[in-house]
Amino acid sequence: MNPLQSSTLLTGNHAVAWAARLARPQVVPVYPITPQTPILELLTDFHAQGHFDAEILTPESEHSVLAACIPASLAGARVFTATASQGLLLMHELLHYACGARAPIVMANVNRTVASPWAFWPDQTDSLAQRDTGWIQFYVESAQEALDTVLHGFRIAEQLLLPVMVNLDAFYVSHALEPVSVPAQEVVDGYLPPYRPVNRLDTELGSSWGNVVSQDMYCRHRQAVEAAMAQALSVAQEADREWSALTGRSHGIVERYRCDGARAVIVTLGSMCGTAREAVDALRDAGEAVGLLKLRLLRPLPVQALRVALEGVPDVVVLDRNHSPGLGGIVRQELRAALYGVAAPPRIHGFLAGVGGVNVPPEAIAQLVRGALQSPPRVESEWAR
Amino acid sequence: MGKVNTMETLELRSEPMMCSGHAACPGCVEALTVRHVLATIGPDAMAVIPPSCMAIISGPQPFSSLRIPVYQPTLEASAAAASGLRRALDSQGKHGTHVIVLAGDGGTYDIGFQCLSSAAERNENILYFCLDNEGYMNTGAQKSSSTPHYAKTGSTPEGKVTRKKNLTEIMAAHQVPYAATASVGFLPDLVRKVEKAKAMRGFRIITLLVPCIDGWGLAEDAGLTAARYAVECGAFPLYEVEDGRHYTLGRERSARPVADYLGLQRRYRHLDAAAGAVLQAEVDDSWARLQRLAQAGAAPVAA
Repeated sequence: MNPLQSSTLLTGNHAVAWAARLARPQVVPVYPITPQTPILELLTDFHAQGHFDAEILTPESEHSVLAACIPASLAGARVFTATASQGLLLMHELLHYACGARAPIVMANVNRTVASPWAFWPDQTDSLAQRDTGWIQFYVESAQEALDTVLHGFRIAEQLLLPVMVNLDAFYVSHALEPVSVPAQEVVDGYLPPYRPVNRLDTELGSSWGNVVSQDMYCRHRQAVEAAMAQALSVAQEADREWSALTGRSHGIVERYRCDGARAVIVTLGSMCGTAREAVDALRDAGEAVGLLKLRLLRPLPVQALRVALEGVPDVVVLDRNHSPGLGGIVRQELRAALYGVAAPPRIHGFLAGVGGVNVPPEAIAQLVRGALQSPPRVESEWAR
Repeated sequence: MGKVNTMETLELRSEPMMCSGHAACPGCVEALTVRHVLATIGPDAMAVIPPSCMAIISGPQPFSSLRIPVYQPTLEASAAAASGLRRALDSQGKHGTHVIVLAGDGGTYDIGFQCLSSAAERNENILYFCLDNEGYMNTGAQKSSSTPHYAKTGSTPEGKVTRKKNLTEIMAAHQVPYAATASVGFLPDLVRKVEKAKAMRGFRIITLLVPCIDGWGLAEDAGLTAARYAVECGAFPLYEVEDGRHYTLGRERSARPVADYLGLQRRYRHLDAAAGAVLQAEVDDSWARLQRLAQAGAAPVAA
């Protein structure tokens, strides 16, 4: 057995809780919500067993959770929390506030349908609707990737002073049990040194946060946020590289799967990538040159990486497990904007695939790709189920 | 009726923590109140100040009128933010640093009430001051749930039809270590209560009545008179509740009729004698109830 990591069966939620434990946050405000609850319960178990010494707060709502996270972070504590769906929506105002406060909070969000009507299925509309709030957003495909990305998240957040959201799909990732390699504490301690911000709420320093500012100060502040976001691409890549050197696992900010010489490339987020890999393998086996581009980092959007990866590809098929009424698929729209003006732009076919958690099996994806190759793309997203 | 305190007793007994040159209105009772609260709390403290008059008084960037760090949360989140700050300080071993909240009545009785109740239930180690000027004064005087019966505001142009929410009773029902009312019109009592709360641990809340020159329609030099009349006529009784059970009622109430207090304020100018009598009856009724609670829940006298 490798003393630096041990393999164990974990759900995505429990992998997240393990990552949070290993990161040694000092303050963890958290509120239960299906399907995130096992993250909370495992952390409180760790705490009860004496393996986790964070200050755990259980306020009356997700709103108060994030309201507590921000000043805790500004006071120099490492802060973790987790939520899902309605909980994330309830936090909306504070999501903006956290970014403005430059609070490097790491939050796991379990992607779940948003009401109404009530439902509990995988759907990424919850977090995609928060894409303008100034949080770095990752989307993960597996329990292992969830664990790794939460740890990357602390590293990136604290380096840039920006909050990081790690999104994992309800049930497909949050509740699926998989072998997960859990790194030893000393590996994580080496990767994540204690958080010691220079600027913080401290009686020794006397500085404050949140005071009313002028137009010019506000505008300069937003420019500083943008500059940090611009750095996030390279910082995220470096975090991934260093993690890879320690553990042998690299995820990248985008991943190209069997894209060489591809006639068509599927672009999607999260657990749909696992299904799409199956579809790609089947299509390749049938002699059809199809690949997958997994978009791991959605904010900041790796525009240049997307342009390089997709330029010259004749057809791109976007699978959106989300729905923006009046627009269609959000990833499709982001991709169209990112690729605008490339010399040889692909035809972009957009499908609303799996909205509300409906199952999209590999065969259905293969069929969508084959259909797309035979017809010009429509202006609007098409429903696929 | 006692005489107004001499200048000597009104002087700060410790280092000022609030600086001159701040942005409060002329004659503002809130600035005066906070000056004494902060001087009593001292330098080892951090303040959570939501959007409110106090947020304006303590700012704007890059200036600060307070000598302690201030975190300004969103309007509805003061008690939650203070809880997070407290836990962060605890995680760093800074257990002695006080986390205080300086919130208005809107941020306390209304939009901030949900997280306030939760922080009280968790018995978070914070000291919460509600600067109660009985309305949304920072947006130009609209009603809050602290606005008293019949008072005219921007959103109750014919007078508020319901009574003021009883915050101290609600907080006492959470069985928190300390819930009290105080007024800068009775300064030694205020300082004593702040000192007492400062020495305790767990959730503590002091509601301070802050007569608002502009929002209540007071003469610029009438803020302190209104503060004293409010207590003397019984409209704002000074009392303490410990552990939700032990009530201690102050002796500041005099024979002053409520009409004296109402007469200072433009927000009641539309009232007829019948409405004034209703308010007097409400005050008398509340006072009698407090007396019963104080008798029933008095701390046992040491032998």
